[in-house]
Amino acid sequence: MIYTLCFYLFAIITVLSAFMVISSRNPVHSVLYLILAFFNSAGLFVLLGAEFIAMIMVIVYVGAVAVLFMFVVMMLDIDFSELRRGFQKYLLIGGLIGLVLLAELALVGMGWGLGGPVTTDPATAIPALGTVTNTAALGSLLYTRYIFLFQMAGMILLVAMIGAIVLTHRKRPGVKKQNINKQVMRRRHEAYEIVKVKPGQGLG
Amino acid sequence: MEIGLTHYLTVAAMLFTIGIFGIFLNRKNVITILMSVELILLSVNINFVAFSSYLHDMAGQVFTMFILTVAAAEAAIGLAILVVYYRNRGTIAVEDIHLMKG
Repeated sequence: MIYTLCFYLFAIITVLSAFMVISSRNPVHSVLYLILAFFNSAGLFVLLGAEFIAMIMVIVYVGAVAVLFMFVVMMLDIDFSELRRGFQKYLLIGGLIGLVLLAELALVGMGWGLGGPVTTDPATAIPALGTVTNTAALGSLLYTRYIFLFQMAGMILLVAMIGAIVLTHRKRPGVKKQNINKQVMRRRHEAYEIVKVKPGQGLG
Repeated sequence: MEIGLTHYLTVAAMLFTIGIFGIFLNRKNVITILMSVELILLSVNINFVAFSSYLHDMAGQVFTMFILTVAAAEAAIGLAILVVYYRNRGTIAVEDIHLMKG
């Protein structure tokens, strides 16, 4: 009973906030609704028994991706009302394509349901609840069977990080920066000079 | 009523459709397009985890981790490109991105 209630709560809030993401006028509100959608889908993951994925979802999506979106939305000074021109023009075609897609997905779902129950004997079965936690099960699989994929994922993140830095880094002229090497290599004879000033003449 | 796999698949299908709809609806605003892509990836994640849970197979959750990785990398690169584009052009209208005549 409580499971059903929780499922409908999370599912309805997820779908509604996802709709608000694409339809709200202000992109800051869009990002906030995106965060709400991620939180509620994390709730769905908890209901499905995937606690680790749920927590990673909150950390990665809310803590990193959504904040990144928020940062960019705030940083760029954009006239968003200009960008919304032609909203009505695309509403019809977009809605049409969305409806067609939803119908196709429903057909796929029904066709799959009619095929009878799926019986599998998975090589990577979920261990019985109570013996191993979800996190431990995921880890023991990720670091053994999927180790190369795991390292590939790390490589993807490294490439993404380097790419983002290379793309956005720029040399700005006219900005004074500390040059530590220059400071350390400085010697006494460069720092000052002794000038003999004759009386009555000045430095001239 | 028992909550089955179909319920989760329905939620994922709705999220996926909303994501596609968002891409069409906000043709000019590339930030919202990126957010729609995140929604689509979220729906795929829900599918993976739901199947993983109902078929008692851990592989779905492992794949969700990899999708999460790719989604984070994609968001970072996409937003970096966006920042560079804004710096050069002063706008982020997607319509104007046809410099390479592709």
